[in-house]
Amino acid sequence: MKQFIQGIVGNNHQATHLLQILRQIQSRYHYIPEAAIEQLSGLLNIPRTQIIGVVEFYSFFHLTPRGQYELLISDSITDHMLGKKNLLDYLENKLGVAVGEVRADGVVSLDNTSCTGMCDQGPAGLVNGYALTRLDRSGIDKIAALINQQKPLSEWPSELFQVDDNIYKPGLLLNQQLEQGAALRAVLQRGIKETLTEIDKSGLRGRGGAGFKTAIKWQFCSEEQQAERYAVCNADEGEPGTFKDRVLLNALADQVFEGMTVCAAIIGAKQGFLYLRGEYLHLYDKLQNILDRRRRNGLLGSNILDAGWDFDIEICLGAGAYICGEESALIESLEGKAGIPRNRPPYPVTQGYLGKPTVVNNVETFLAAAGIAVNGGDWFAGIGTEKSKGTKILSISGDCARPGIYEYPFGVTIQTILHDCGADDVLGVQVGGPSGSFISDQEFERKLAFEDLATGGSFIIFNTSRNILDMVHNFTDFFAHESCGFCTPCRVGTSLLKKQMDKIVEGHGSAGDVVALEELCQLVKNYSHCGLGQTAANPILTTLERYPDLYQSRLKEISYEPGFDLDGALETARRMANRDDAGAHLAQIEANEHE
Amino acid sequence: MSKTITIDGKTIPFEEGQTIMDAAMAAGVYIPHLCHQPEFTPHGSCKLCTVKVNGRNCSACTYPAMDGQDVLNETKELVDDRKKITQMLFVEGNHFCPSCEKTGNCQLQAVAYHLNMLDNHFPLFYPDREVDASHAEVMIDHNRCIFCALCVRASQQTDGKDVFTLSGRGIHKHLVVNAQSGLLKDTDIDATDRAAHICPTGAILIKRTGYQVPIGERIYDHKQIDQVALETEHLKHGE
Ligand SMILES: Cc1cc2nc3c(=O)[nH]c(=O)nc-3n(C[C@H](O)[C@H](O)[C@H](O)COP(=O)(O)O)c2cc1C
Ligand code: SF4
Ligand code: SF4
Ligand code: FES
Repeated sequence: MKQFIQGIVGNNHQATHLLQILRQIQSRYHYIPEAAIEQLSGLLNIPRTQIIGVVEFYSFFHLTPRGQYELLISDSITDHMLGKKNLLDYLENKLGVAVGEVRADGVVSLDNTSCTGMCDQGPAGLVNGYALTRLDRSGIDKIAALINQQKPLSEWPSELFQVDDNIYKPGLLLNQQLEQGAALRAVLQRGIKETLTEIDKSGLRGRGGAGFKTAIKWQFCSEEQQAERYAVCNADEGEPGTFKDRVLLNALADQVFEGMTVCAAIIGAKQGFLYLRGEYLHLYDKLQNILDRRRRNGLLGSNILDAGWDFDIEICLGAGAYICGEESALIESLEGKAGIPRNRPPYPVTQGYLGKPTVVNNVETFLAAAGIAVNGGDWFAGIGTEKSKGTKILSISGDCARPGIYEYPFGVTIQTILHDCGADDVLGVQVGGPSGSFISDQEFERKLAFEDLATGGSFIIFNTSRNILDMVHNFTDFFAHESCGFCTPCRVGTSLLKKQMDKIVEGHGSAGDVVALEELCQLVKNYSHCGLGQTAANPILTTLERYPDLYQSRLKEISYEPGFDLDGALETARRMANRDDAGAHLAQIEANEHE
Repeated sequence: MSKTITIDGKTIPFEEGQTIMDAAMAAGVYIPHLCHQPEFTPHGSCKLCTVKVNGRNCSACTYPAMDGQDVLNETKELVDDRKKITQMLFVEGNHFCPSCEKTGNCQLQAVAYHLNMLDNHFPLFYPDREVDASHAEVMIDHNRCIFCALCVRASQQTDGKDVFTLSGRGIHKHLVVNAQSGLLKDTDIDATDRAAHICPTGAILIKRTGYQVPIGERIYDHKQIDQVALETEHLKHGE
């Protein structure tokens, strides 16, 4: 092991690489052994506590051994809608290992994991980090046999790992065929300032959700008085129900890298990063090859297009943490640390990666920027609405005939989208993922746009056979699981929300509990440190607003239900006293009898 | 002309680089806080110091004072919500004040009194946490840790060591110490370290000094935390 670790660390003793080093150790040994921590602490010259802090933060790192085959099953609501629960039971049986456990022989471990970004082809999972799609019983039979024979992953049938793009409705961006280097040549021709002017004219706003104007962000960064700057592409795509960045990186990576390179020219960055969520490990080699080819073709690296323009891109893989999509947490993660959102100000444009001015943009934002660099701002601004220019690429999943990727001009109605993807009998749509809002069938005339329904692209459809509270329950669990734990309102609040939802869904709620729930939601929303906590109560708030009866119907007609069963606790006493009359029971039961 | 902000209508001067907390404390205005002590880099995690700045919630301990800011501090809404945040800290751990050596000297308890907290409001978590009494002079009762990171910062910034770190995610957040055994006795902490004395709760205690000051004569037995903080922390400021 000493040699292995020495080998991966090599001559690069920077602690910023800690995450990438730990990924390799986990992949090789299926945990992070104590000896590795000790050795890394010496090699990287950092305290062991810092390493443990990182290991215990990310879902894909473990201090105790996992199986040689680490099997994780996606816990997205869409996986559940596709029968995940049954499959998981089947899998447990087939493999002889319970969820959360390692089989006694150490060969396989099984667990749940947050949405893996395969909602259009679930139920999905990961084996040693590689995406498994369309799991069904026959697939599980195969997987179980392969694991029991201890076949290396390279010998597993490729259809188990097949990931489809499922592009059903291409638009402005998805139809765009750009010759390699076209955007870079356009920048050289038009000029850097002039290109920023075009980006500005295009009205492009960030596609990651917040919708900040891209040109302004780039301009702020370029105006900072610093020698070094960084351009970062956010491909963490952890919002359940979102998978469009996966498709963009599979189908249009060149254009995304080109967009990053345009950004680098404008802000004056020499180094860029693609922060790729660990769940997309299957894209890693392909993307590296594309970067290599771009270097060979003079489109990346030093002296790009012989114009004395230097810029390179490094791919950094995440390790299972939704919070790392938040830009300052992402930067912390890039620096090899736990993904805990920073205090702001300062914002990343002034102090980002290693304290230097840094632009973080979504994959789709860079893709659009490449197109705008070539075609000009009007090309983009001519489409969409007054406040939301251009198109939005959606990841559509859930109850519809054709889940996949759809691109629409901003301003499109929900109704149109539902029609196009073949959704019938729709109860409602979760727009923007768990952190977005639930839209009922009364609102299908509403529009996708920053001024109405803003979205990072997640669009999950629920038909009338679905139970909304199951969805809310799943989303609330997700946030509690993904809370980084830094601030009190989110760390404790998301767990309290989870407890409160459990109580209501299991039928132990009382009338006062809905009021308490709403009050708690407001507290978590208003006082949390970052966007995760600020939106964690949205699933409850947006459904409570639309379906108050749904919550009320689960509640007992009593004003208070204690945490434990008072009447049950009296059972022994009743037996001893040989009584079972009304007087031997507690008042809450009497209240129920009036129902 | 010097720059000013207003807090609950009172005009307060500040210097460039000061946070709202710095400016407030210097002017004798108390903003409740637990994870902040002026001698260390602000952390911004407990959220007790939340104030409304021009209508938006901000953490006073990290948010820079800027000319003309209209800050609200003692509104009913903020006081009520700070109380609930404090209740969150109580239910998340195991705080049995009457049996804790820190009672009367504990900032968590004192803040709770200050905010008129009378019950836990939320269901208790009863987490299963340990006590590390391995060290000869210093002990950690993890049941009482509120993850304020003051010990982490004190160890790094004052003691020049790295005895503590906060590890884990979400509700599984926990304090770890820098030793292969995971025990305090194998770290390089000394009882004289700043880190051994900074804990706002009874999570880090010095052994064999218990009850030297009798209950009834402790810091918060006769003074509220606002008064104590303004007297002691302001003096320390800029040391
Ligand atoms: C919890 C959380 C998760 C996020 N995840 C992502 C993500 O996966 N991808 C993304 O582009 N932005 C994500 N964001 C938004 C980023 O913080 C940031 O606003 C965005 O990357 C900026 O790029 P844009 O301007 O191109 O949208 C997330 C924000 C929060 C609070
Ligand atoms: S809101 Fe949640 S995710 Fe964000 S900093 Fe606080 S604990 Fe972490
Ligand atoms: S031990 Fe005390 S000082 Fe350290 S993080 Fe916990 S509460 Fe804060
Ligand atoms: S004192 Fe400001 S967040 Fe804790």
